Amino acid sequence: MINTGLSNDNVDAMETAAIKGRSLWDDALARLRRNRAAMVSFAILGLLILMVVVLPYIWPHSHETIYRDRVWLSPTWDNLHIFGTDAQGRDLFARTLVGLRMSLFVAAAATSVSLVIGITWGAAAGFLGGRIDQIMMRIVDVLYSLPFIFFVIILMVVFGRNIILIFLAIGAVEWLTMARIVRGQTIALKGMEFVEAAEAAGVSRPAIIRRHIVPNVLGPVVVYVTLTIPVVILAESFLSFLGLGVQEPETSLGRLIAAGAQDMEVAPWTLFVPSLTMMLTLFCFNFIGDGLRDAIDPKDR
Amino acid sequence: MLGYIARRVLVAIPTILVIITVAFFMMRAAPGGPFDLERPMPEEVRQNVLAHFGLDRPIHEQYVDYLGNLVQGDLGPSLKFRDKTVADIISEGFPVSATIGGLSILLALFLGSLLGSIAALRQNKAGDFAVMGVAMAGITIPPFVMGPILALVFGLYLGLVPTGGLDPRYGMTAERLILPVITLALPQIAIISRLMRASMIEVLRSNYIRTAYAKGLSGPVVIARHALRAAVLPLVSYLGPASAALVTGSIVIEQVFQLPGIGRQFVTAALQRDYTVVMGVVILYATLIITLNLIADLLYATLNPKVKIDA
Repeated sequence: MINTGLSNDNVDAMETAAIKGRSLWDDALARLRRNRAAMVSFAILGLLILMVVVLPYIWPHSHETIYRDRVWLSPTWDNLHIFGTDAQGRDLFARTLVGLRMSLFVAAAATSVSLVIGITWGAAAGFLGGRIDQIMMRIVDVLYSLPFIFFVIILMVVFGRNIILIFLAIGAVEWLTMARIVRGQTIALKGMEFVEAAEAAGVSRPAIIRRHIVPNVLGPVVVYVTLTIPVVILAESFLSFLGLGVQEPETSLGRLIAAGAQDMEVAPWTLFVPSLTMMLTLFCFNFIGDGLRDAIDPKDR
Repeated sequence: MLGYIARRVLVAIPTILVIITVAFFMMRAAPGGPFDLERPMPEEVRQNVLAHFGLDRPIHEQYVDYLGNLVQGDLGPSLKFRDKTVADIISEGFPVSATIGGLSILLALFLGSLLGSIAALRQNKAGDFAVMGVAMAGITIPPFVMGPILALVFGLYLGLVPTGGLDPRYGMTAERLILPVITLALPQIAIISRLMRASMIEVLRSNYIRTAYAKGLSGPVVIARHALRAAVLPLVSYLGPASAALVTGSIVIEQVFQLPGIGRQFVTAALQRDYTVVMGVVILYATLIITLNLIADLLYATLNPKVKIDA
């Protein structure tokens, strides 16, 4: 009798604690808020995204308009060419906006591709375990040691330079680490006491997955996604720089940088503007990624 | 140990075979061939040329032929350069790429471990933040941005180094190599110094370091004799991925600085559908990366007494 009373009290106490308590996510959020570099990066990135979504529609110059009499204007307030013009007399500010938009779009799409493949592959290997797991991870190991960029280059040459292929190719290259992370987490979680305890307490399977498995896999995955995005942006720019990525009239930061590198002796701003834009974007993603990692996985600090 | 090596080599062979197969058929799936010129040659001539290189036969026969020649060490003739074999082209380009890659990794290992150690010893002080800030910049700034900017500043504005790349007539002089090597090394310096900092911090917290201090050794001796040895281990296991990163980087570097290395030859050959050259470079790099990965793993096992290789 006394025992039951006590345990009832305990359950009550636990319930109130659960209501007033702070979940691990609240703690993580609080830690993230204290990380100044990450918060500033969030703000800058938000501003950049807002700019590339809105500004191309209201900016007086289109990224395609060619002003024959305004070739290689250095940055000026005249006609609002605030970042100058390029070799064909196109407004560099408009081109940088559109280029950044393309880079961000490719990054989001390619990262999603790698996310889907990586999570499916990793979770399958982790859940199935045993021999299948070994074979699946062995394949990942082998793929890791390949010079992937060669295949992406051949792929681009062979199937033409279309944009869907670009993010499929990059995404298909970047899923390996994601698969490893997800598999590791799945295996670790499968054997955890709290999962067993939840099962013993009669929590249903979907509820276990929702309340216990997903939140624990989510942390590392979110961190890794933020750190994959800059890698993907770099990969796309790398291809565009070699002339294998996005094609005219579309443009991306890589293309703009490649064009700028050619004209840098006469018009250094055509190199500096897209380069600095790209660095700013990559800095933001890296700081956010580092910040999220420190916030979600505090033992690493 | 020997058993382990044998097993790794046994895994490597099918891996390379898969790479060759995929590259071979992907290249052939491409629309357009090496002899589709702007001004088309007469059909008769075209057929003769195709027959000369064996390109008119069914593709599976070509594939078997290619593998047969490959086993004998013959990479075939270049389809674009009349009087050159693939081996000629690779032996022209490889010394350039290898010199730049080799120098870069040495520079990256030296500077990276030095900066990483300094950051670890000054953890959470100004020196640490400075090094980590520079490392973040090194990771964030891609080589194809860094290269042109360095060339602009040091070549054009300051006039310290010649611009315009390696001219075979002058050979690989130090002043022509310095910018490509630095550009290629920078991201690796950044990554290695981050790795080194993390591992050094962990080592410095371990008990045997405290023991070393307790028995009265001076700071520099503890660092040099005890801490450094354990702290470089993660760097050794990073050497495999680093070699792959250097190969990728060299493609860009050779484009930016106009170096006659195989990275540039590869891109040109791929665009011109010079099948045999593309295949040759892919095989060379795949073998190189797999070998370097194996060496890095063996080195790691040798240096780390905790790792036992089960033969």
